[in-house]
Amino acid sequence: MSDFLRLDSLEKRFGELSVTRRVTIGAGKGEIVALLGPSGSGKTTILRLVAGFETPDAGRILVEGEDVTALPPERRRFGMVFQHYALFPHMTVGENVAFGLAAGGAAAADARGRVTEMLALAGLTGFEDRRVTAISGGQQQRVALARALAPNPRVLLLDEPLSNLDPTLRERTRRELKRAIRKVGITTLFVTHEQEEAFELGDRVAVLNQGRLEQLGTPEELFERPATRFVATFVGRSSVLPVVWKGGARIPGGPVWPAEAGAGLAEGSEADLVVRPESLVFASQPTAQALEGTVVERRYAGRAAYFLVATAAAGELEVLAPPDAAREGDRVHVVPAPDGPTPRVFPRQP
Amino acid sequence: MTRPRGGLTAPLLTLVLFWLVGYPLVLTLAEALGAPHWTLSHVAEFARRPAEWQALWASLWISLATVALAGAIGVPLAFIFERNEFPGRGLLGALVALPVALPPLIGVLAFLFLYGESGFVSRGVQTLFGLGEAPWRLSGPGAILFVHAYSMYVYFYLFTRAGLARADASLLEAAAGLGASRSHATRRITLPLLAPALAGAALLTFMTSLASFSAPYIFGGSFRVMTTQIVASKLNGDSPLAMVETVALALIGFAGLWLLRRAERRREVTGGTRGVAPRRRQLARGKWAATAAGWALAILLLLPHATLVLVSLVPRNTWTTEALPPVLSLGNYRALFSEAERLRPIVNSLWMASAATALAILLGFAAASLAVRRRSRWSGPLETLIAAPWALPGTVFAIALAAAFSVHAPWAGRFVLVGTLAILPLGYLVRSLPLTGRAAFAGLRQMDPALEEAAASLGASRARRVRRIVLPQIRPALVAGASLAFLAALGDFVVSIVLYTYDTRPISIEILSSLRIQEIGAAAAYGVLLTALSAGAFLIWGRRTEA
Repeated sequence: MSDFLRLDSLEKRFGELSVTRRVTIGAGKGEIVALLGPSGSGKTTILRLVAGFETPDAGRILVEGEDVTALPPERRRFGMVFQHYALFPHMTVGENVAFGLAAGGAAAADARGRVTEMLALAGLTGFEDRRVTAISGGQQQRVALARALAPNPRVLLLDEPLSNLDPTLRERTRRELKRAIRKVGITTLFVTHEQEEAFELGDRVAVLNQGRLEQLGTPEELFERPATRFVATFVGRSSVLPVVWKGGARIPGGPVWPAEAGAGLAEGSEADLVVRPESLVFASQPTAQALEGTVVERRYAGRAAYFLVATAAAGELEVLAPPDAAREGDRVHVVPAPDGPTPRVFPRQP
Repeated sequence: MTRPRGGLTAPLLTLVLFWLVGYPLVLTLAEALGAPHWTLSHVAEFARRPAEWQALWASLWISLATVALAGAIGVPLAFIFERNEFPGRGLLGALVALPVALPPLIGVLAFLFLYGESGFVSRGVQTLFGLGEAPWRLSGPGAILFVHAYSMYVYFYLFTRAGLARADASLLEAAAGLGASRSHATRRITLPLLAPALAGAALLTFMTSLASFSAPYIFGGSFRVMTTQIVASKLNGDSPLAMVETVALALIGFAGLWLLRRAERRREVTGGTRGVAPRRRQLARGKWAATAAGWALAILLLLPHATLVLVSLVPRNTWTTEALPPVLSLGNYRALFSEAERLRPIVNSLWMASAATALAILLGFAAASLAVRRRSRWSGPLETLIAAPWALPGTVFAIALAAAFSVHAPWAGRFVLVGTLAILPLGYLVRSLPLTGRAAFAGLRQMDPALEEAAASLGASRARRVRRIVLPQIRPALVAGASLAFLAALGDFVVSIVLYTYDTRPISIEILSSLRIQEIGAAAAYGVLLTALSAGAFLIWGRRTEA
């Protein structure tokens, strides 16, 4: 798929601080790409560069092959939903949604029709004359979406669109948001620091760390084949074990576990094994691959439980197993699960 | 949005503001140094004269004493009204703040009619005791301090009340839990936390007192402070000396500002919590005594203005030796609106204040937009130039403008504006800039920048964003700033007395002329009119700042 939206080696510095370092991301037409990362990773800056609120120090932004890097925001035809929605408080719901249409020179009758259509899409039919300060947070979020989509933008940008909602409402709104975006079929870039949100909404997810793009891939790729130690530990739950990379992940004073090596790992070097709780199980008796330890904590999670196991050879690690598999204080034998994601080994970080 | 935009708007606006605010001051300094011959002889002349040192010292000690007196009245009043509940508290609390809304000259006029030699109180005392002459003369430093304390305690009162309203009850509860008595907690907790508010009030009082002109001018007699000394030198035609005096006063202003800012920074206490203010104490036994005392105080505060209304009803040459005026009529007011020459100052004041306010809003908003929204190297200079006139007494600017704009040298940005219609509105404009500018800066800083970004992403041009989003959002702040600016320009006396011409004479100058020719009824009628107009503007300000 050729890129509909392309960020090409984007760089942005604020004084001495590099907040975006040569970030290249492409999105196909109608694709939803999530920008995921911890605070300070540069994800919001990237969104603001794309929107045109900041100017990159280097790199280009292309839409359908057109270079929009130098265009002011009002001429990019991008719709944006802000983190706190930025609804105009002195206007009604209808006036907010119509704002971009009037700015684009739409006739009043056309604009009215479009407002009705957009509010229907957002599930807010009949809300035209309400004050934006007199509706709930979830409704404000949907007004913001309707307002952004009304002028028929080329690209939709969402900055942490669900972060202001309470957890139960967030899940419902997430589904509605995805449905609305899919219905319009618009290419979408959205920022989030929540992995669950990125995985549910995004067709692909770009993981960012300290201004760098660590990996861009589908949720499955990120979870099962993380490209860097950062992605492996940031996405999903995991334990990090010190190992030596020699014919597998050799735990000093313990067994050798099968693993895949990340880039740049030399045979015989000290390394970190990143292993997910799903990749480990309890063995009923000691085997050559078993790592012995004591259950120090058990966290119940419905049909399974997370067990924190303290081992003498490798420190603490987490195992996902049936809730009744062990109790706190039990001595257990941990082995790699035959069907779990393969653990990854990365060069040791200081 | 931080998109850098080239363009000349910011440097051009900086230049315009510098021409208005900074350039006249630079020219004043140059003239004090005898430019273009450059000599220190004027400065030496200033230093040689004992009268100059006396005026300098008088300005300083009067200002410091005013701070002490105003604090002694305003702070306890604030505690009474903020910490206790009694009938009539709300209304009385607002009345107590009233003097701040009145032009200084009107306060002075009202004091003159009430406590002056031929005022009601002295006539009453004279009649009561059968005295041959007035029991006192309202003149000299005591009279000035009396008027200053009356009009400036409001700063301490308002700042302290605001500080107390922000205070966190849990801090006092924590102190009580640790065994502190009420007075101990007040001394160790409440007052230290109030320090920034008190420092702010002290700074405002000091600067206002230093700049005060009406009270020293009317009541000072032979006792001179710097502001009256400058105007006297100017009127005597000793221009170089007036320039040196102006520079000296400006330096004291800057020094005072610097010292107090420093003290403010050192004392600044940041509350870690944001709690609820302590509940007001229900006065049980003392409730009615407090109410009665409150009303008595309110009457005392309103008495000067009631006097003004009464005197405005006295026809010319009808009140001579009686304790109370024998004849009252609306004749003075009728004359104000029916005689062209009497109407002229009202029309002048209204149009000049309106023009100055409109321009001050425009410049303030433009500077704030450029400095806050499109940050650049011009942001700092723009904000400094907008705020600078606040730090300097009005007399300084009046003299500086007179110096800058009495010479025809277009190549140097100097035009002869003194004696024309333009100079007084220009003077009012410079004095109004901090009021409208501060409002615009505050309004824009409080506004969520995402609103403007949202409008931009929806395709709105810059002009449309300003019209549809920014202006509606900061309108309350702008209206508040504009009404304060209008209020200040309408009642201005200090700039007017230096720069007016017969054709542009404003209400304040006409009041002075009426007093000089013993038309006290006409002077009072102008005073009442000015008070009414000011109260109107103040009400708008109050409503907008509450909104």
